Amino acid sequence: MASSRSRVIQLYKNLLYLGRDYPKGYDYFRTRLKSAFMKNNDVTGPAQIEMLLARGQYIIKELEALYLLKKYRALKKRYSSEQ
Amino acid sequence: MAMRVLVGCKRVIDYAVKIRVKPDKTGVVTEGVKHSLNPFDEIAVEEAVRLKEKKLASEVIAVSCGPPPCQETLRTALAMGVDRGIHVEIGGKDYETLQPIHVSKILAKLAQEEKVDLIILGKQAIDDDANQTAQMTAAVLDWPQGVFASKIEKMDGTLKIQREVDGGVEYVEAKLPAVISSDLRLNEPRYATLPNIMKAKKKQIAKKSISDLGVDITPRVEVLTVEDPPVREAGAKVESVEELLTKLKDLGRI
Repeated sequence: MASSRSRVIQLYKNLLYLGRDYPKGYDYFRTRLKSAFMKNNDVTGPAQIEMLLARGQYIIKELEALYLLKKYRALKKRYSSEQ
Repeated sequence: MAMRVLVGCKRVIDYAVKIRVKPDKTGVVTEGVKHSLNPFDEIAVEEAVRLKEKKLASEVIAVSCGPPPCQETLRTALAMGVDRGIHVEIGGKDYETLQPIHVSKILAKLAQEEKVDLIILGKQAIDDDANQTAQMTAAVLDWPQGVFASKIEKMDGTLKIQREVDGGVEYVEAKLPAVISSDLRLNEPRYATLPNIMKAKKKQIAKKSISDLGVDITPRVEVLTVEDPPVREAGAKVESVEELLTKLKDLGRI
């Protein structure tokens, strides 16, 4: 498995990419994402890093679900004739 | 028998972008606006990829017609799991007047070249809302069509298609080869993640020009004007029932 340093960087990149579709805009997302990562800047325990990485993966899943739902709702509103 | 599947991928203005009409009313502003894969085509791509994952499809090919940025749209489809892409290059003036009838002829031609068994398209694109390409493609090829599909089941040599119609659900059976168009509730498309986009860069996108295909794309329909929808008039508050009644009478509603 890759070192935890590269995994953290990869997670950051993946989240940044997801941020391009964020409803409140990329800049809003980026500043918050950066501060969230900087907050855990000094974490060194391997178990704790694992836990934070898992949390990052969870957030990726949540964001994907959010975008899916947002798109579905927007389309449903535009193309359904009920009411 | 595993099928070969062709999916259409139109590059449209992103659904979340506020559309602005050009001041000269010839179209909408597309420069510097975020574009993405048409959401209904995304559903079509997802369905094709699921067929492949169920081993019902042997190869999935995505097609996009338009200017060079369409390759990015194809990349999204490749990241979702499509095997390879075909980019039919149409630029500038030709692209502005490209109509569903032309696209359907291009798709039909490619379907015959690639010997596909199934074409899955989005039911409509969110930019022109034409809802014609799938039907026309089926007509050009003289293949059966199952449009507005909300569920697809593969039987032996045929497809059972569930369609959403007014006031209920309709089932149709279509012999292969066939053309299907996806409705909103066919499936939930997966997200094209960054790692998958990166991996998709290794996949092949073949470029074709319109002259290679020998399709005539002279416009059949002329767009006269493009205008904003009418703005809803502001309402007014009334103090009492009497006032409401007199107002309604003045408007001639009662």
